[in-house]
Amino acid sequence: MKWNGWGYSDSRFLFNKKGQAEFTGKRYRLSGLILPSLKDWFEGTFGANLQHKSPATPTVNLSAVAPPDLNEPFVEDLKAAGVAMSHDPEDRVFRAHGHCLHEIFALREGRIGRVPDMVVWPSCHKDVEKIVELACKHNVCLIPYGGGTSVSSALECPREETRSIVSLDTSQMLNECGYCTGHEPDSMEFSSLGGWVATRASGMKKNIYGNIEELVVHIKMVTPRGVIEKSCLGPRMSTGPDIHHFILGSEGTLGVVTEVTLKIRPIPEYQKYGSVVFPNFQQGVACLREVARQRCAPASIRLMDNEQFQFGHALKPQVSSIFTSFLDGLKKFYITKFKGFDPHHLCVATLLFEGDRGKVLQHEKQVYDIAAKFGGLAAGEDNGQRGYMLTFVIAYLRDLGMDYYVIGESFETSVPWDRVLDLCRNVKERIVRECKERGVQFPPLSTCRVTQTYDAGACVYFYFAFNYRGLSDPVHVYEQVEHAAREEILANGGSLSHHHGVGKLRKEWMKESVSSVGLGMLKSVKEYVDPQNVFGNRNLL
Amino acid sequence: MASRALYSPRHPMLKKRDSFEDILEERRHSSDLRYALRCYTPTLYKGLVPCKASMLKSIVLQSDHLQYVIKQVSSESGDSTECVAEEASLILDEMAHRLQLSTVRFFVFTLSKAFKRLFRSVCVNEEGIQRLQQAVQEHPVVLLPSHRSYMDFLMMSYLLYMYDLPLPVIAAGMDFMSMKFVGEMLRMSGAFFIRRSFGGDKLYWAVFSEYVKTMLRNGYAPIEFFLEGTRSRTCKSLTPKTGLLNIVMEPFFKGELFDVNLVPVSISYERILEESLYARELLGIPKPKESTSGLLKARRVLSEDYGSMYVYFGHPVSVRSLTEGKITRSQYNLLPRCIPQKPSADTHEFLNDTAFRLVRIQEGNMVLKPWVLIATLLLQNPDGMDLSSLAEQTDWLRHLALAFGAFLDWPDHAACSEVISCSLALHRHLLSVSAGHVQLSVTDAPQVETTPEEAVFHQAVVVLSCASYRNQILHVFLRPALLAVAMQSANSNRKDDVYNCFNFLRNMFSSEFILCPGDSVQDFEEACYLLMKRGVLQVLEHEIVMSASGHSTLAFLSSVLDPFLQGYQVVSRYLCEETNENLTEKEFIPAVRNFALKLILAGRLKCYEALSSDLQKNALAAFLRLKAVMKVKVGDQVTLKVNKIAVNSLEDTLGKSDVISHQNSWWSSMAMFEIAI
Repeated sequence: MKWNGWGYSDSRFLFNKKGQAEFTGKRYRLSGLILPSLKDWFEGTFGANLQHKSPATPTVNLSAVAPPDLNEPFVEDLKAAGVAMSHDPEDRVFRAHGHCLHEIFALREGRIGRVPDMVVWPSCHKDVEKIVELACKHNVCLIPYGGGTSVSSALECPREETRSIVSLDTSQMLNECGYCTGHEPDSMEFSSLGGWVATRASGMKKNIYGNIEELVVHIKMVTPRGVIEKSCLGPRMSTGPDIHHFILGSEGTLGVVTEVTLKIRPIPEYQKYGSVVFPNFQQGVACLREVARQRCAPASIRLMDNEQFQFGHALKPQVSSIFTSFLDGLKKFYITKFKGFDPHHLCVATLLFEGDRGKVLQHEKQVYDIAAKFGGLAAGEDNGQRGYMLTFVIAYLRDLGMDYYVIGESFETSVPWDRVLDLCRNVKERIVRECKERGVQFPPLSTCRVTQTYDAGACVYFYFAFNYRGLSDPVHVYEQVEHAAREEILANGGSLSHHHGVGKLRKEWMKESVSSVGLGMLKSVKEYVDPQNVFGNRNLL
Repeated sequence: MASRALYSPRHPMLKKRDSFEDILEERRHSSDLRYALRCYTPTLYKGLVPCKASMLKSIVLQSDHLQYVIKQVSSESGDSTECVAEEASLILDEMAHRLQLSTVRFFVFTLSKAFKRLFRSVCVNEEGIQRLQQAVQEHPVVLLPSHRSYMDFLMMSYLLYMYDLPLPVIAAGMDFMSMKFVGEMLRMSGAFFIRRSFGGDKLYWAVFSEYVKTMLRNGYAPIEFFLEGTRSRTCKSLTPKTGLLNIVMEPFFKGELFDVNLVPVSISYERILEESLYARELLGIPKPKESTSGLLKARRVLSEDYGSMYVYFGHPVSVRSLTEGKITRSQYNLLPRCIPQKPSADTHEFLNDTAFRLVRIQEGNMVLKPWVLIATLLLQNPDGMDLSSLAEQTDWLRHLALAFGAFLDWPDHAACSEVISCSLALHRHLLSVSAGHVQLSVTDAPQVETTPEEAVFHQAVVVLSCASYRNQILHVFLRPALLAVAMQSANSNRKDDVYNCFNFLRNMFSSEFILCPGDSVQDFEEACYLLMKRGVLQVLEHEIVMSASGHSTLAFLSSVLDPFLQGYQVVSRYLCEETNENLTEKEFIPAVRNFALKLILAGRLKCYEALSSDLQKNALAAFLRLKAVMKVKVGDQVTLKVNKIAVNSLEDTLGKSDVISHQNSWWSSMAMFEIAI
């Protein structure tokens, strides 16, 4: 795994000597392939230049890591209990951050802030109970750690924390089994079950399997007050407010999730990708809304705007034969000339169907029929599959951008159907405008997609990136623009977060989002469960 | 950028204005017909949803908003929804414009001819046009011209056509519709018609607001309306209305548009076409109903010289930056946006404040001609002036006005006396000049036998016509003048005493002049600053002291307000002395007019402006606002209940400034002062 970027060390994008983009490694469908049009897209979109590099510091500067501030009696007691631990600087640095832009940017520059003083690896529920008990006894701060994929500054060590900080790594507590949960967030390769529960995660295929709150049957969590769990596995209960909802989304402020019982499903017999081209984004949104209304959404349905469609296009690998390229040309001709779609307005929905074969085909027809009513044209499996690939490699692409003065990130929201279009347009425009006002030289990439559909609305995902040459403090500019974009989202009826969580990054808007009484309720739970603030990551509240 | 322009404290000397181009110049040298038929390719809004006028109607009728209101009205009234929908459709037919390029071309042809006959020049700031061209592409635009004449919106459309800008749709009052042919012509050149009052009619409001919003949201065309609601008969800006402003801002509040650009436009006339018509109307000679034949009779006006006309396109003001930190847009998050919501108290305050500021921008960009200064002086000297002293004082006044930031169009390289004689020539119908002596007077051949009353009215027409020019510059002098009067009536020189008087006068006159509510401290400071800079006052920590050289300026400034002070005193005297229990609101104006007329005939009042119904209405509004008079509804009639003690005390406070004794003494005192130096 990379210490200052996304994912596996062997997988990364680079521009080779011929100036062509390629993706290294063997893990992904895209691995080992040449992406001939990425360079042009990259240079054209950001005004970037392959001559202007901004390489990262190659290795961790361990001398920059402050020596651990250990609570000796705690360490002694832990040793006696036989829990694995480390205060090796590399282990500590690795667990001091998530994947927010400012965190990765600092690491690439070799800047290291406060890191946990030690890391512990419990191997079972009993271990966790022991650790929490000792932490209370010796007053140390515990920060639970799952996969480290947070994008809400949730893993940052609070600056004001004076106690010894212990990172409690739960990632090794998972076992393989022969089923699937169907929960597939974009970070799925790296994130952890405990993390999913603690952040109210959402998966790509929630339409079939549900979001984490619908998948969970039972949760066991160790808190400073003791263990919280329900007494049975009943599928639904009317026993007052659901205590699971204190845990789901608690973002590590209340305790450590040690056991989760999830619903499992047989691995689906048949999977089929698909895609639909719409003449414009409005038509696409109208189609998704209709699909949601008829409750026939496939496992996944996503609508990319025009900028993202072009971005996806730039990731097309080199075609193997003249015939394929001829076919591509023909397709393009059909859509733009024959059907009259404007290449600067058209947008694409990607689809993923799952289930037994007959039902999938039937389902597919139903969805394509609806799409046709909104001017949508089926555009093949290949486009669909590439669309989903994009979500798994986008984080790798950010690292490539950062090698060439381009920084960016994604953020998300959920919004009622009737406001989707207005919100998308206004937020994108706000980003462009804020960048201009803050001296960004080239227009930014400001793009969105609708990634989830619900009865009452949709989840919208924004990508935002820009070329920061000429800016003295690019991260600050980035943060100001993201802040403005979030304000715009809230002003347009969007939520503070659909699934990324609040962390420390979005805390300032919590009161506005849930009312001061709501916030008070959450605070009083924290007060009761963890009066000493042992789980002191200061997220959420 | 734009919001800063709107909120920056006024710093008159720094005010930079664009220069003008005369657009008639080219018209005089090339074919009007070819011009009217030329290729018109306007710059378009980047987010334009192309849509025909006929489509517009069905979009409006099918809109969620209107459908919601139709159901609501139907369930309240018991009529079927079809029936209510039919009614909505009829309202829309009555309202909607039918913009046609061919009609516009016809107007362009005829107006080119007419403008060349009427005006010596029509001047436009082309930089403003360029800014507008930019603004039109970025966001939907709302044009907010000042309103002094019927000419205003014809000229606006003419100019936009000329500069290849999208033609506006214009909110016009229903009264036009009575002129059948002209009404339809205007409709085809982009006017849409709204009823003057539709207070509680939910359906009407819904159709109207949805119609405007749909055009704005789709970027169909710039929306044009008059903040002042109607033509100002006095050439003072009128207290702005906020209804339409709210409608055009709501799509931004509700997130349906990223931004809306408001463009204030100031249209000024060297000589107003409707000049004496307005004066007669103010004196209660009823306005002829707009009729086609009436308009034809107005052909006479074509043969006269109306000098120059100026159109100044202000900086576009972004609604988004205006609302920053003032409006929480998330307040609209919890209801579907199609459900109409009354503006919240905050929003209402914001709208009102913005409307006032926009009108002040309009005022600031109005071009003032030398005649405005001359008219001011002649009104203060009802017995006339020698040409030489008129020249001298005009020159003095010119410098004062410039120091206060007036947008004065004084010809370069021309001697003052020359400028004056030109101005007098253009306005000769209001003057008599003989043996180097100028006086305001009736010049139309006097009727053989006139009653004394008629004579008073004839003179009053001249005075009010002339006042309409002086009124154009009032906004420049207003704040210092209020301070000057306050200093005379305050009990001491203490700053807070003076401020209290200033504030009292400001409240008294807040229907008369454009005074932004809540800006009282700012206005006071501005007045102090201007007079201090002029060396008239010294503002110390707790005191305000007049400088040795300040008397004349202060005396001039207070006599600027004198007609209004006297007029309000007349109204209060009437309310105290003449009224009984059953004074209805309708009877008020004619009764006060008679009262004032009697005073004039008896020689006890010299101020003809007290006869103006505008002044009388504003005075009544002030007394109502200050709770000295109450409206009581008796049956169908509204009667006025006068609290005589309160009115009396207001009159006393007004009378304290005792301006009458100072009147006309400012110049002699200045002359004396100069001799002393």
